[in-house]
Amino acid sequence: MPEIKIVNVSGNNCLNLNLTIRDGEYFVIVGATGAGKTTLLNMVAGMVDYTGTVSIDNIDVNQLSPFKRGGGYLFQELALFPHLSVSANIAFGLRAQGYAKSTVKKRIALLMDMMRIDHLDRRYPHMLSGGEKKRVALARSLAPSPKILLLDEPTSNLDHQTAKYLRGELHSLLKRLGITTLHVTHDLGEAKEIADRIALISNGTIEQIATPSALFSDRQTSLCLQ
Amino acid sequence: MHPFTAGLHRNISKIVPVILFFALWELAARYGRFSTSTISPPFSTVILEMAALFKSGVMMKNLVSTIGRVLIGLSMGMISGITVGIVMGLRDTVGRSLSPIISILYPIPALGWLPLMMLWIGINEMLPIAIITIGTFFPTCYNTAAGIHNVDRGIVSAAQILGASEKRILFEVILPNAAPQVFAGLKLSSGMAWRMVLAAEMVAIPTGIGALIMKAESLVRVDIILACLVVLSFFCLFFEKCLEIIERKWTGKWSCHARN
Repeated sequence: MPEIKIVNVSGNNCLNLNLTIRDGEYFVIVGATGAGKTTLLNMVAGMVDYTGTVSIDNIDVNQLSPFKRGGGYLFQELALFPHLSVSANIAFGLRAQGYAKSTVKKRIALLMDMMRIDHLDRRYPHMLSGGEKKRVALARSLAPSPKILLLDEPTSNLDHQTAKYLRGELHSLLKRLGITTLHVTHDLGEAKEIADRIALISNGTIEQIATPSALFSDRQTSLCLQ
Repeated sequence: MHPFTAGLHRNISKIVPVILFFALWELAARYGRFSTSTISPPFSTVILEMAALFKSGVMMKNLVSTIGRVLIGLSMGMISGITVGIVMGLRDTVGRSLSPIISILYPIPALGWLPLMMLWIGINEMLPIAIITIGTFFPTCYNTAAGIHNVDRGIVSAAQILGASEKRILFEVILPNAAPQVFAGLKLSSGMAWRMVLAAEMVAIPTGIGALIMKAESLVRVDIILACLVVLSFFCLFFEKCLEIIERKWTGKWSCHARN
């Protein structure tokens, strides 16, 4: 699985970011609203302009379109296609990339089973609960077997119980698949629970990078959190 | 309430006022103040006259001319309106450039174009078609552009990141999601087309339902005028219902989401 390297990246409200996310690592960026978390994800995805270099799997992807960067993206608003059923939502990327019909069918069945949403295949997004929508959106972003996965507040707008459950599932699933994951959240507790490493971001700059255990024993952290 | 009973109740509440309206018309025309005059014939007389007009072929001949003009003009207005609307909705620069022109031309009542078109095109078969095309172009174009503009940019980004081509994004993401508003424009245009054709035929063209109404007016045949208006009203409603059925077929399963 690839490594993500962010070197001297600036853009929008982010300034001179440097970050390396290792192969298969579950990396969480924590920051308050407006700190630049989503901007950072969008820069890695290639959806906004920036200066500096983003490389994925040791390839400079600055000139590549979002799709050619090979990443999956779970949007905070999920961005499910309202006019497509659950199975059609998951199949969208596969069909767009020209996979054979039989492969698409098998992959949908596998992902729906993996995300435990196989009973929802004919439903439309407006018929789903918040947690079900998140699962469908995750299945859709995993469908084309992305090299990296970008998660924007994947447990926002869920009740505490569902969020905790989904977090656990998400972490174990992505670890099992070995996908390099960049997850942004405002919830430090969530980051502590699932991250291999955590970066604290504030006013568009990265203040600190550490493992959860190191971060919570560090006096500097409390300063950053303030 | 059981769905069947609820459906029946809904249909009855729609039909009963219509029946009451026609019954009231019949009674007022037969026993009211103008019961002896020919300027207010009862509903039954209008229906009998309509049947006679259909039987003699007069109504059918004029109706076919009118429907033909509506279909051609409406198709041209819809196709050009949707095409320009798509370009305006997709390309911000085009949208910004054309918006002021559309804003200036849209409020002009379509009938205002009639004298100009009579001079430019002449009094021939193309006149009602041109008027209908102009009258239906603006609401279709405006609603299509607005519909596309209102499509959630998030789902477009999602489609891009999933590897969809521009063509696939347009046809499989943007247009289906803009469809409810596009159809609102089409339904508006459909009603507009019938008003336009009637006006053009009444003023300039010697055939069609509008021309038949003018001939009836010169002969003080109110029953024929009313028969023509009933037929027009029926076809106007029929066109709108057809569009509604197509819309429901296309967006029915999910459009409650778009409406919410």
